[in-house]
Amino acid sequence: MSEYAVEIENLKKVYADGTEALKGINLTVDEGDFFALLGANGAGKTTIIGIMTGLVNKTSGTVRVFGHDIDTHLSAAKQTIGVVPQEFNFNQFEKVIDILTTEAGYFGIPRAQALADAEGILKSLELWGKRDIASRGLSGGMKRRLMIGRALITRPKLLILDEPTAGVDVELRHSMWKFLTKLNEQGTTILLTTHYLEEVERLCERAAIIKTGQIIKNDRVRNLLDLVEQETLVVHVDQVKNLNKLSKYNPLEIDEETFEIVSDKKERLSIFVNELVKAGMCLKDIRPKDNRLENLFLSILRK
Amino acid sequence: MTILRKEMTRFLRIWTQTMLPPVITQSLYFLVFGKFLGRQINNINGVDYMAFIIPGLIMMAIITGSYTNVVGSFFSSKFQRSVEELLVSPVPNGIIIAGYVAGGMLRGIMAGSLVFAVSIFFAKPVISDLGIIFVFMVLTAAMFALAGFTNAIFAKTFDDVSIFPTFVLAPLIYLGGVFYSISNLPAIWQNLSKFNPILYMVNGFRFGFYGFTDVSIMGSLFLLIFLIIGLTSVNLYLMKKGVGLRT
Repeated sequence: MSEYAVEIENLKKVYADGTEALKGINLTVDEGDFFALLGANGAGKTTIIGIMTGLVNKTSGTVRVFGHDIDTHLSAAKQTIGVVPQEFNFNQFEKVIDILTTEAGYFGIPRAQALADAEGILKSLELWGKRDIASRGLSGGMKRRLMIGRALITRPKLLILDEPTAGVDVELRHSMWKFLTKLNEQGTTILLTTHYLEEVERLCERAAIIKTGQIIKNDRVRNLLDLVEQETLVVHVDQVKNLNKLSKYNPLEIDEETFEIVSDKKERLSIFVNELVKAGMCLKDIRPKDNRLENLFLSILRK
Repeated sequence: MTILRKEMTRFLRIWTQTMLPPVITQSLYFLVFGKFLGRQINNINGVDYMAFIIPGLIMMAIITGSYTNVVGSFFSSKFQRSVEELLVSPVPNGIIIAGYVAGGMLRGIMAGSLVFAVSIFFAKPVISDLGIIFVFMVLTAAMFALAGFTNAIFAKTFDDVSIFPTFVLAPLIYLGGVFYSISNLPAIWQNLSKFNPILYMVNGFRFGFYGFTDVSIMGSLFLLIFLIIGLTSVNLYLMKKGVGLRT
């Protein structure tokens, strides 16, 4: 069996209207990885997912999921995948519990087992109390959780999440992060597309950046972050004074206790802290002003 | 089995839209055509007119029920995008088709059985060959469920779902010998009627009740089997290509 959860070679997709959505994608996702696919709207992320799951016909190239080629063993490949799509796509009139057990049935899971599994999943997603109501009666956040629950009922080895936290409030987003991290630690490979780069920085081991149908960066998230040469830091001190002694950092006073500096990534933070102390200030807190990955992402997209 | 259970749950949940209308409509046909107008019509091949129209009206419920169940359910799952649940699952295309077709057949046959039950209040139908009745009932339901599936695949709007039943299916049913024997028609209409596939289904089904027919029973069976094989192949091909389902 392949060591890769996903292997994509020279994948191309040209839509009927002539749009070249994918221009020869090469990508691998290790088994057990938490992998992010980043890109602007229309970059080709959802097309890749669509091809992997059989919703989109590829034009050419090869896709293997846990070693199963989708051209020759599509059913075996699908058996390993759970998908959480961008938009709600369950039957709005079906009960929550039925949505899960029906999905399990499609994957050949006996009903008795599906019912038992559904109970566990719905409880962990705090939806058990809503099990007998039609899905249209759920709030947006609950529907989002239901989509995750539906994907998990089939016990997938690969969970594909297409912008799972879009439109989700902060509290729910954080609880979903916790849930997904736990799932990944238990061995599920996760492929995530998202607009929230903070999400990638927090959750993912590796990430690929896709632009107009081509992968332009594919590395460990840590390595990608190293590509950011400068970042703006917000420094919180007891009292701002003697900023002229920190002139090489281009300090900008915000208020009596806060100022911003532009720091070179190559320079050690301890050097700055020493200079800060020499200037007579006492450090209370220091944090990046912007999301670093977001800066990198934007700089790449602008090129 | 999962698809069939889902379909059954769906059409039984909305039984007032799926089971009740054919019973009411066919009861009205029994009243108007059988009771009121039928008195003025002579027996057909020795069978009272009211009894004569029973198989045709049952067949009408089976055809409409099977067809509309599949076209409505599959198109609506396309419309809501819940069909993606199925398309991303490992369920083979043949099983998807079989599941929806079985659901349609079940609804059609249940509607037909209800109409048969109602017909007993109006006339006393004779059952001459239960086997023939069963075979024609099952094959006709399967054929129209398959046709409904094809319609659903091509349908892009709710209008596309209703165009075929309204402008093609309904005229074919009414002109398919439900209310008359084509032997009573002028020669030209008799010949034209023979191009209507529903004529063969209604006559085959009626043969099971009263033992007479306007067309060959073997010919009718072969036609049904041919149409079923043809539609199954077309649906499998369309599913494989992803027509109307995949981009």
